[in-house]
Amino acid sequence: MANLIINGRTISVEAAPDTPLLWVIREQLQMTGTKFGCGVGMCGACTVHLAGKAVRSCQTMVSAAEGKPITTIEGLSAKGDHPLQKAWIAEQVPQCGYCQSGQIMQAATLLATNTDPTREEIVAHMNGNLCRCMTYSRIQKAIVRAAAEIRATPQTTAKTRSRA
Amino acid sequence: MSKMEKLPGFDLDRRAFLVSASAAGLTLSYAGTVEAAAGAASFVPSVWYSIAPDGLVTVTCGKAEMGQHISSAVAQMIAEELGARWKDMRLQLASNDAKYNDPVLGVQITGGSWSTMMNFDAMSRAGAAGRIALAEGAAQSLKVPVEELTVSDSMVRHKKSGKSISFAEIVKSGAAKRSFSADELKAIKLKSPEQYILIGKSVPQLDIPAKTNGTAKYGIDTFLPGMVYGKLVLPPIRYGATVKTMDSAEAKKLPGFIDAVVLDDKTGSTTGWVVAVADTYQNARKAAAALKVTWDKGPNAAVSSDTLFQEARRLQGQGDSGFYFVKDGDVAGALSSAAKTLEAEYTTNINLHAPMEPMNATAQKQGEIWHLYSGNQFATRTCSLAAAAAGVDAKYVVMHQAYLGGGFGRRLDGDMMIPAVLAAKAVGKPVKVIYSREDDMAMDFSRPLTYQKIRAGLNGNGALVAMSHDVVCAWPTKRWGIDAFLTPSVDKKGALDGFTVNGADFFYTVPNHHVRAIENEMAQKATPSGQLRSVAPGWTFWAIESMIDELAHAAGKDPAQFRLAMLDGAGDNDGGAQRLRNALLTALGQSGYGAIKLPKGEGMGVACVSSQERKTASMTACVAHVAVAPSGAVKVKKLTIASDVGTQVHPDNIRAQVEGGALWGVSMALYEKATLKDGRIEQANFTNYTPLRMSQMPEVEITVIANGQSPTGVGEPSVTVVAPAIANAVYNACGARVRALPITAEAVKAGMTVT
Repeated sequence: MANLIINGRTISVEAAPDTPLLWVIREQLQMTGTKFGCGVGMCGACTVHLAGKAVRSCQTMVSAAEGKPITTIEGLSAKGDHPLQKAWIAEQVPQCGYCQSGQIMQAATLLATNTDPTREEIVAHMNGNLCRCMTYSRIQKAIVRAAAEIRATPQTTAKTRSRA
Repeated sequence: MSKMEKLPGFDLDRRAFLVSASAAGLTLSYAGTVEAAAGAASFVPSVWYSIAPDGLVTVTCGKAEMGQHISSAVAQMIAEELGARWKDMRLQLASNDAKYNDPVLGVQITGGSWSTMMNFDAMSRAGAAGRIALAEGAAQSLKVPVEELTVSDSMVRHKKSGKSISFAEIVKSGAAKRSFSADELKAIKLKSPEQYILIGKSVPQLDIPAKTNGTAKYGIDTFLPGMVYGKLVLPPIRYGATVKTMDSAEAKKLPGFIDAVVLDDKTGSTTGWVVAVADTYQNARKAAAALKVTWDKGPNAAVSSDTLFQEARRLQGQGDSGFYFVKDGDVAGALSSAAKTLEAEYTTNINLHAPMEPMNATAQKQGEIWHLYSGNQFATRTCSLAAAAAGVDAKYVVMHQAYLGGGFGRRLDGDMMIPAVLAAKAVGKPVKVIYSREDDMAMDFSRPLTYQKIRAGLNGNGALVAMSHDVVCAWPTKRWGIDAFLTPSVDKKGALDGFTVNGADFFYTVPNHHVRAIENEMAQKATPSGQLRSVAPGWTFWAIESMIDELAHAAGKDPAQFRLAMLDGAGDNDGGAQRLRNALLTALGQSGYGAIKLPKGEGMGVACVSSQERKTASMTACVAHVAVAPSGAVKVKKLTIASDVGTQVHPDNIRAQVEGGALWGVSMALYEKATLKDGRIEQANFTNYTPLRMSQMPEVEITVIANGQSPTGVGEPSVTVVAPAIANAVYNACGARVRALPITAEAVKAGMTVT
């Protein structure tokens, strides 16, 4: 039995300590927005936030996640309206869409500390996330768009800064 | 497409189009009977869309949605003629029921960049029929003559009286009633392009919002009551192994262990596979690791990429192997009298699909019915395979289609159904089988390793007068066992897999031109191959467009001008050649080809393609701008692409597809290589099979040419044009002619003449 704090709720799960967080989130809790892509931390489809940091849930064991706040795509915003999610729709980023939860979760940790990233900073931060449809240029555009929205919204900016 | 139209079963005349209304909503359907190519059952009344009493229009998409946004495109076609408001459109994915078969092909298959062109007419007519029925219903309700009504924005309006009625109200009233015969359907006058409101407009894709918040459901997201999990245990051989012994003693001690199932696969889709079944996926993984299995490696244990190339060379060297796809003129004669001849071999290595969602399927038996949950591109065949594995007739199989987390041709195959069905049968419970990434790569139906030999001759004026082109590889389409997919050779001596030579029937005017398709049977057995995004043109144009460049240089001509001169539109090339010429000119102009002075170590290269198939090609040209480092490392700085798509249904989506395709092209040109060693694919994960990442992305500039011709496919042509354009640019940058894909720094460095 492990206690996980996911999207603000504490949930007890039956899982051996060496179970990757990914499989608990996806298959036991049925929060399927987090995706399985490679199982070795090479694709980023399973990216979630653990204590505010982007981690690969396939490489994070339940034992290492216990007691720390975990955020999944389902908990990134109340109504799917995080600036990144809005930007992803505005730029019509997803094709097959399978990697996009991970892309968005990865990008969110960039914008949490840097609301005006350069192209190089975006590439450096996102390079671990594969997109087989190769939507990379739209991902970049959407991150830039979301960053601009965050900068233009004083409240969000303040909140973002305090988190950073 | 020409071959596809010959599939048995397409018989529009036997269809009736029915429109009926009820409180549950207005439904539009085809009725009739048709036999499907893969042996599936009769064609029963089908439903393309319904309008609910609340006015929402739900389109049932019979095409696999894998990110090409075809579901949205189909909705767009229907909404255009129906006169529906875009925000009223909703989507659902069709089951494998034959009533949802492709209106042209008569089966459920998604690929070949066919969907838009093949569905445009049928979906437009379905939409128009609905509009007519709604208008007639409105005329009754409003008591006005139907010819005075206009339909738009989900409303029917009578201008003279100012009266109007919504789709929702008409449906609620039950006034819309109309049956259309096939002839009546055919007689409907569709809108002309200048009347389009939605077609040609980049409406928001209906599937995108769910793909930004985690709610989009893929096959892997299936949950069923009482479901358990299966993890594969695979032999160290791609194909042909059999299980010798299995010891499950250790696995049995593990928590949650249920069973270890040795697959007895009557379909031959899999060989020597075992499924470890447990209560959770994690426990299934542990059980799989604890199983001790030994295999008889079978007949392919000594086969490697090297032996496949050797065998290909041997087969090509035999004058009588294979079948002719093109046989124009006297190549041997023309070559013997040519002023200059060139001969070269071009190769491509095995490529893996590696869609981000690994293969998976969930199978459940309820009563007599097998329910399959997965995302698949070829429901008709896949369900037949699953039925054969289960030992039931295909009519007892229902496939519940989900979004595909990438298709790229991988999900044309149905292997994932086999372990799910057989494990579910063994344990009497629904089983979800998830391939690990390693399983997915080990058992891919990969793009075949290809070997091509071209001999070509120039006359005294430096004009290309003869070309013989031999293509040797595994035949992916033949493996499907559906004769309708094969192409008779031009001399009627046999059937060939046209999907290994498409593109080789190019639009250049070359008086003596032979193309021979040769099956590499050793590869066919050892590496069962599949269709991978862009299929044959992904390798045929690699060879052709490289050789054309070599010929231009040998003739002392500019490679772009050399091509333009051969795109003269003579004979059968009329029309296509001019379009390809225009695409090439557009790309040349956009790129600044020849006009921009490049620094040392940089070069531009051109290529142009009539991809995917000659009759329905999207004429596409590319200028690649590369920089080559002294190490031989190639950096693609920019791709300038022009593609003639005829008519743009959705401009933004065309750009998304062309760009994704172009980056696939870069990825396969430079970064993706799989190898067979001792019967086994050596690459296991993204650690050593390495598709392009964001940092490797060049600038891509796209010009879409829409000249009012019929819409053509856009998901693949841009894949095929990139590799030869890059290789030709590398040659111009440093003098290295690389004839093997992927292009490696070592090969470039070895060939450098300008440093």
